[in-house]
Amino acid sequence: MTVFIIRRLLQSVLVVAVMTVLVFAGVYAIGNPVEILISQDATEAERAAAIARLGLDKSLPEQYLAFLGNLLKGDLGTSFVFGEPALQLVLERFPATMELAICAMIIAIFIGVPLGLYAGLRPDSWGGRTIMTGSIFGFSLPNFWQGLMLIMLFAVILQWLPAGGRGERGEFLGIESSFFSWDGLSHLILPAINLALFKTSLVIRLTRASVRETINLDYVKFARAKGLKSSRVIGLHVLKNIMIPLVTIIGLEFGSVIAFAVVTETVFAWPGMGKLIIDSIFQLDRPVIVAYLIVIVFLFITINLVVDILYAILDPRVRLSDQKA
Amino acid sequence: MSLLSIENLRTHFFTKAGVVKSVDGVSFDLKRGEILGIVGESGSGKSVTGFSIMGLVDPPGRIVNGSIRFDGKDLVDMPEPDMRALRGRRIAMIFQDPMMTLNPVLRVDTQMIEALRAHGKWTDEDARQRCRDVLGQVGIPSPDERLKSYPHQFSGGMRQRVAIAIALLHQPDLIIADEPTTALDVTIQAQILFEVQKLVAEHNTAMIWVTHDLAVVAGLADRVAVMYAGRIVEMGTTEQVVNRPLHPYTAGLIGSAPSRNARGTRLTQIQGMAPLPMNLPVGCAFRPRCQRASEACSAAPDPSVPEDSQMVRCHYPLRDNHDRGGDA
Repeated sequence: MTVFIIRRLLQSVLVVAVMTVLVFAGVYAIGNPVEILISQDATEAERAAAIARLGLDKSLPEQYLAFLGNLLKGDLGTSFVFGEPALQLVLERFPATMELAICAMIIAIFIGVPLGLYAGLRPDSWGGRTIMTGSIFGFSLPNFWQGLMLIMLFAVILQWLPAGGRGERGEFLGIESSFFSWDGLSHLILPAINLALFKTSLVIRLTRASVRETINLDYVKFARAKGLKSSRVIGLHVLKNIMIPLVTIIGLEFGSVIAFAVVTETVFAWPGMGKLIIDSIFQLDRPVIVAYLIVIVFLFITINLVVDILYAILDPRVRLSDQKA
Repeated sequence: MSLLSIENLRTHFFTKAGVVKSVDGVSFDLKRGEILGIVGESGSGKSVTGFSIMGLVDPPGRIVNGSIRFDGKDLVDMPEPDMRALRGRRIAMIFQDPMMTLNPVLRVDTQMIEALRAHGKWTDEDARQRCRDVLGQVGIPSPDERLKSYPHQFSGGMRQRVAIAIALLHQPDLIIADEPTTALDVTIQAQILFEVQKLVAEHNTAMIWVTHDLAVVAGLADRVAVMYAGRIVEMGTTEQVVNRPLHPYTAGLIGSAPSRNARGTRLTQIQGMAPLPMNLPVGCAFRPRCQRASEACSAAPDPSVPEDSQMVRCHYPLRDNHDRGGDA
């Protein structure tokens, strides 16, 4: 187990190393941030001073080595634009994105799994067909348009919910979050639904397919032949088996929700990491881009680790020590 | 009075491609403590007969006709809650593939205790004690440890013993065994056959043993029913059916089994293939493969009892040893 985790961490370090090289080369290829940061009518001397201050006067390999040196000291650099430590900038926005992502995944799981179960158990019923047709919409509607429509309907026409922003945060057990205040929750609902719609469809379709597959297996028939109530056959025998594929997909999707909440955050003016990264890319703010990507890489690695551990809990045939990580 | 009495059972599957008459007019009786072997090829409807008795026929299949009387009550029209109360408690079932019958993600004790608790209250201790006892009965060493294991930690034979133990938990009146030894090694098969026979005799449990292997049934069953294309074509005591078959199909099955006397010669085989269930021949379904068939066979033969208590559905049953000569 320990070996397994250490191996995973080493792996992530390797990924980070490759990723940083790519980002350095990529941003360098796009353009010079100085052009954006310095006003048009700055003198040549001011320009040279700014370049030197940002460390952009050195060659790219030298800049990279300097970055690596600072990284070992835990310093991911200072934002070109804000003049603040890049990691701090990213982490400040991190809770907002996490809130959004967690809320979206909760919606996707608690709506997707029951609907998928129903559609899987009664595939030919009117309800089952409706759910499956609905899930196609969830897949195919463009995210930004869907967000605008939600704003139109719930914020503009019905005026039930605010159109954007994060709202007040409440405090509970020392944790500050939108979950703990009504105002915060009301701001969270629309963007979370918008983000959840696609994932819900995915969970519905996956649950249905797994149920269809499992329900015909001998062990389900045998469970029924033992005289078990169908609630137990479905709730334990079927559900515990379909949890295995579900956990994998939900884990992967959770990572992607965090990493790619960009569109939703932009539409709903949600002050999360997604919006920060978009702004930073426009301004070629390399330290922030790198810091953001490092955080995301570690997040993905952590989620995958959790998924692997859950795997071993759910499926007794999987033992972590046997796995080639 | 017989424990189980099936009359004219018809279980059909209404698929998009057409109606599959998996079981099409099956009748038989079973007394307490009696073992009936149902023999037939794949698709002959023998398993579906078993599932019909359990009330576990899933859509698009359903019982369209006939009655299944178990201990005086008709199971066909029985409401699901009553049927559920019978399942596992008074009628139990053992499945073909032991690798697939136990849920891979649940421990053996979970799967055994839930079977007990499905039919009444059991304290943890009593339930465990009962599970240990029954696992011991079916020949599982150190049942205490084994209870805490997962199915993948058992061999195929051991898993089938666990499945048999689960079937025996409530000492049912009837056990339906759907080819339970087919997937096992021959040595394990022999052990399990022996033990099942012993346990069934001890508790006076009736049993339906579904198989495609006449040899298995020959050593086990009191009576044998031979199924072909959804119908019982021949039924009688094991001795009658195995030694003096009346139906050409039964004779073909016996002739196609390898034996010591036939060493070195080609095995005889029944010509042709089992008919597609969607498209059964009119009249006797065995007609296209039968050498004795004539015009008369395009009308379905009614069951007749030419010899003492041995039923056959054939216009030209085999009459003497010359008929059964094996040249067929």
